[in-house]
Amino acid sequence: MRTLFFLLQKEFRQILRDRIILAMILIMPTMQLILLPLAANYEVRHIGVSIVDHDRSAASQQLVRKITSTDYFNLVRYTSSYPEAFALIESNQTDVILEIPVGFERGLVRENEQSLFISTNAINGVKANIGAAYLNRIVMDFNADLRTELLSDAKGRVQPLIDVRTIDRFNPHLLYHVFMVPGILALLLTMISVYLSALNIVKEKELGTIEQINVTPITRLQFISGKLIPFWLLGFVTLTIGLLVARFVYGIVPEGNIALIYLFSGVYLTAVLGLGLLISTVAETQQQAMFVAFFFMMIFIMMGGLFTSIESMPQWAQWLTYLNPVRYIIEVMRLVILKGAGFSEIRFHFLVIAGMAILLNSWAVLKYRKMA
Amino acid sequence: MNAVELHRVSKTYAKGTVTAVTDVSFAVKRGELFGLIGPDGAGKTSIFRVLATLLLADSGTAYIDGFDVVKDYKHIREIIGYMPGRFSLYQDLTVEENLNFFATLFGTSVEENRDLINDIYVQLEPFKDRRAGKLSGGMKQKLALCCALVHRPSVLLLDEPTTGVDPVSRKEFWAMLTRLKEQGISILVSTPYMDEARLCDRIALMQSGRIMSVDTPDGIIAEFNTPLFGARATNMYLLQRSLLADPRVETCYTFGEELHLTFVNGSADAIDGVVASMLDAGHTDVSISSIRPTIEDCFIRLMAQ
Repeated sequence: MRTLFFLLQKEFRQILRDRIILAMILIMPTMQLILLPLAANYEVRHIGVSIVDHDRSAASQQLVRKITSTDYFNLVRYTSSYPEAFALIESNQTDVILEIPVGFERGLVRENEQSLFISTNAINGVKANIGAAYLNRIVMDFNADLRTELLSDAKGRVQPLIDVRTIDRFNPHLLYHVFMVPGILALLLTMISVYLSALNIVKEKELGTIEQINVTPITRLQFISGKLIPFWLLGFVTLTIGLLVARFVYGIVPEGNIALIYLFSGVYLTAVLGLGLLISTVAETQQQAMFVAFFFMMIFIMMGGLFTSIESMPQWAQWLTYLNPVRYIIEVMRLVILKGAGFSEIRFHFLVIAGMAILLNSWAVLKYRKMA
Repeated sequence: MNAVELHRVSKTYAKGTVTAVTDVSFAVKRGELFGLIGPDGAGKTSIFRVLATLLLADSGTAYIDGFDVVKDYKHIREIIGYMPGRFSLYQDLTVEENLNFFATLFGTSVEENRDLINDIYVQLEPFKDRRAGKLSGGMKQKLALCCALVHRPSVLLLDEPTTGVDPVSRKEFWAMLTRLKEQGISILVSTPYMDEARLCDRIALMQSGRIMSVDTPDGIIAEFNTPLFGARATNMYLLQRSLLADPRVETCYTFGEELHLTFVNGSADAIDGVVASMLDAGHTDVSISSIRPTIEDCFIRLMAQ
């Protein structure tokens, strides 16, 4: 125990002396949590819409007003020539075209039916899809208004209509950052832990200091604990900073128990530090370690469910994500912070991550040999 | 019991394609300062790493104070002080922090062993708050020696401690080794510098993974069984060419400011004749005189055999 204490003392001295590492641990989570959710925003507003109105009737005017009165759409051009509107798509000035046919109003009244034409610029797929969906919704609304107006019978009774309303639970205002912040925090925790632990031990190899350590009587377990414990504690520092940023910058107060977040993160940190350790036993130089760690991180991040939802991946990819520790922490963060989940809801996550922690660390300890 | 013993140790790298050490056997007696002398790539570091329990030999056995380096590696790590060829202390820790750290890893303290390291420590003391990475080359080596000594080892393994160190610091370093030896510590030290060989009690000359000779420095020199001569002239380069062309000359190589040569029949009788023919060949200021061979002469002669 005494030896471990001295190892830890030495390790903390070195970390605190390395200004860049220190900045990584303290400033990176703060900066990234403030910048990323603001920049990486999928919420679509101000879609450029051009309306080709061949009808120019009261009904078409009413529809146009309805569309432009929301801040989802900016009217780019109101015209009666489709080629003109299409030119705007080609020059990327408009995202969606709505074409209103001749006889729109008359058809609506007499034939009880009318078609509209929507064409979208799918270069920016997200904007196009969401734009078309919004537009559809407005047209449906318009349609409903018309029906109430025109089809109420002589006695003033309104024909039955089905109205579907959606409530977004756990993020009622559909705020993008509420969804992103817990996920980004999970990623930061992973990156800092994997990189720091992988690079630190390889640095000792590179500088040769491990030679001097290896001829002392300290045991494998002592050496590895001396490496993991400091980074484990630093992981909690990152987590705390992240939760504070979430609270005071975004006003996200965890619905669930904070202790549960720390408990799960403790197990999770053990697992990802084990991965870093494993990388460090394979790599000979810091450069190699960096690339191997980068390889894993890219896959973890892309398949972690933050940027692409796991449900929309192909089946085989969904199965693969079960091997991805990042998937579990992102889910747990969201479950506990946004949904207020308790231990029973995240028991599966706990078991899997605990298993990974045991597997990765034992593998690393076995692979770390004092003798070549 | 010997402090260090190697029996027919061999080590190859890259699945046997690169031979580092072949069939090496020698012993270092208790309290002896033993030198492993050889050029870079002779296999010195591999021997050190086998003895320091950092490398497993392919075959052969090695013992330190009677303990097997493979079976008793844990005990060996308690009783050896190893100083690798490359500076391996924490550059971002200060002199004092490094010393205290290594002392505590062995469960001891700098104070407890102050008497042993005092000599070296007083030289380091003015820099005790300086980071190890910011020390001069000589100071780094002194600190490394201090760290290797701080747990009072019975055997010191020093792998090229003076390589890349200035001549004054080298001298000081060897003076320290002599004093440590007087305190009863057995020392195995390697060096590529032949002049340092004379400061050892016994030396082993190594070349291409093999030991060519083990003896005291005087004993090695005594094995030089033919008279050696030093030659000078105004143009040394042309003189060497002429001497090598002379059938009476056996070997001739540059050595510092002189040429060292031996004759085919060994005797000094040829000198006058050779000097005469050199003068005839147009050389000026030719002088050839009998000299005492050095370790390096012995090394060159052994290599040629």
